[in-house]
Amino acid sequence: MLKITNLKATINEKLILKGLDLNIKPGEVHAIMGPNGSGKSTLANVLSGKNGYEIEGEISFNGMDLNDLKIEERAQKGIFLAFQYPLEIPGVNTNNFLRTSLNSVRKARGEKELDTLTFLKLIKEKAKELNIDEKFLSRQLNVGFSGGEKKKNEILQMKLLEPKLSILDETDSGLDIDALRIVADGVNSYKNKENAFLIITHYQRLLDYIKPDFIHVLSAGKIIKTGNADLGEQLEKTGYANLS
Amino acid sequence: MKNQDLNINKEYKYGFTTDIESIRAPKGLNEDTIKFISNIKKEPKWMLDWRLTAYNRLQSLKEPNWQKPKYPKINYQDLYYYSAPKSASEKPKSLEEIDPKILETYKKLGIPLVEQQRLNGIAVDAVFDSVSVATTFKDELTKKGIIFCSISEAIQKHPDLVKKYLGSVIPLSDHYFATLNSAVFTDGSFVYIPPNTRCPMELSTYFRINASETGQFERTLIIADKGSYVSYLEGCTAPMRDENQLHAANVELIALDDAEIKYSTVQNWYPGDKNGVGGIYNFVTKRGACRGKNSKISWTQVETGSAITWKYPSCILQGDNSVGEFYSIAITNNYQKADTGTKMIHLGKNTKSKIISKGISAGNADNTYRGLVDINKKATNSRNYTQCDSLLMGNKCGAHTVPYIKNKNSTSTIEHEATTTKINEEQLYYCNQRGLDQEEAVSLIVNGFCKEVLQQLPMEFAVEAQKLVAISLEGSVG
Repeated sequence: MLKITNLKATINEKLILKGLDLNIKPGEVHAIMGPNGSGKSTLANVLSGKNGYEIEGEISFNGMDLNDLKIEERAQKGIFLAFQYPLEIPGVNTNNFLRTSLNSVRKARGEKELDTLTFLKLIKEKAKELNIDEKFLSRQLNVGFSGGEKKKNEILQMKLLEPKLSILDETDSGLDIDALRIVADGVNSYKNKENAFLIITHYQRLLDYIKPDFIHVLSAGKIIKTGNADLGEQLEKTGYANLS
Repeated sequence: MKNQDLNINKEYKYGFTTDIESIRAPKGLNEDTIKFISNIKKEPKWMLDWRLTAYNRLQSLKEPNWQKPKYPKINYQDLYYYSAPKSASEKPKSLEEIDPKILETYKKLGIPLVEQQRLNGIAVDAVFDSVSVATTFKDELTKKGIIFCSISEAIQKHPDLVKKYLGSVIPLSDHYFATLNSAVFTDGSFVYIPPNTRCPMELSTYFRINASETGQFERTLIIADKGSYVSYLEGCTAPMRDENQLHAANVELIALDDAEIKYSTVQNWYPGDKNGVGGIYNFVTKRGACRGKNSKISWTQVETGSAITWKYPSCILQGDNSVGEFYSIAITNNYQKADTGTKMIHLGKNTKSKIISKGISAGNADNTYRGLVDINKKATNSRNYTQCDSLLMGNKCGAHTVPYIKNKNSTSTIEHEATTTKINEEQLYYCNQRGLDQEEAVSLIVNGFCKEVLQQLPMEFAVEAQKLVAISLEGSVG
């Protein structure tokens, strides 16, 4: 599904990713761990197409060269990024935002756009699955939401847009144990043979709930170690410093 | 305009029997022009005298020059002050003759074909039955005693009301452009709502059908008698073809005891091209008097057109407990300039005013909010709340806020909040990541920014206005 070959990314003349390789197949869950400043968020940003980076190397997604696609085209083709810090958009109703987003994606996929009533029915179901209060959908997008509410809103959007590759950028940071469980349940209930996850995290604790197939350790812009779920527990004990 | 148009010779003065379809006054601003206008409209002598008084006062007035947008000097002797509806031969024959950019906008707004033709002044013969539609409305209104007609008709048929109220809010020698309008106004609307009557419809449907080609010096007078209510919609979301560069309209509103007037404007005159060539100068005087106790006047404006917009819809809160509101969205793109805001003059006790202004600047445009809140000594226990927000797109545009605040008693409160923000790249990125393209994202964020004002508009208008906001900013972000 996703094949990254010798990826280098530079921002403000600083080389952040220094030749990264990664291969993700449908149905797999990959976790990226690593110390601060190792390039984890940069990887998420680059995959989503965020402006400002100079890119070298290849990123192929279902046979397409991602470097040729704009941010919204990547989203429409099935790349979803759950933001570490979801943005507030004052005056924009959450429902309205979600519907505009879903319809943009549906339109690009050649599917029929949903009318308001059909959409409301759908979103209410999805919100219920995540234990999200309906009232929260008529509030302004992320404005005055707690950290946990914002993150749950990201997972709601993921389930709504049904992406092929979901990138979770430190979705676990700032969550209490209940919210963490809801987010993890949301991910687990969406996981299937067709889609894949790339989970970026500092800590093992999210991985107690979402079992990864692979854990990669990112350090100074390169993947320095890859292992199975046990690697996370090992890191939790020994830290990153003892690697490499 | 073409030369084949008939210019009336001096000696030919007032006695023309020529085909009225192609008549226009001689060029130039003088007493003869004014007499010409008054005569052709068969006005009574008092009206002509009123116009001439205005003209005389004009001689001692100078054009104001304190505003931010500057404009080239206007040669008032080189303008036509009266031009009857154009003859069919001069109008465009079909939409194919219209700028494709304008047609593109119609498509996006979903304006029906017939309406498109009407907006462009295309000579269409009875494509739609405006007469019968208009009559239906008129019957319903007449039953309730509501008068809704052109100001010219009101001068003929309701002289007492016109005499009593015309110029009572905007005095004859108020300022240069208002006085110019008083001397040479051509037409406009007149509304009178009798006591304890609620006008059963938005006075817009009718307006859209009935009152095009009111010319560059439009005059509107709306009177809401005791305990009445009216909502009036001016303008149109679709771009209007217009050959007059200077527009100097006057609008006067009068609300008596317990009456309420809601006045909404969507202004989308030609803004000039991408390089700032051409476009309308929209120099408008709008003022409402809350003359009675517990009366209310609410202005809502969405200003997206014109090369220069220069207007301050104001409220004079004379009656005790009266309320004035001003909700504004001003969007400037490319080389457009807007200097707009309001005046809230508190005279009565316990008067309240609220100002919500949203200015959006893109391209090389300049957007100024200028407002006055003046709470007089006797206006005890009064309140004002002002919120001015500016949104900048790109780094070549400007936003300015110039509030004047006067409080002359110790029991009143004034609150003023102002923010200036740049459209946030991270917000755009977030929207893009959710599948929205750049234009959808800008539209969503800007409409969110304007929400408090948009929700003041009547429902059917609000939807079009939202689309218009998006269209006005097209191509303004990378």
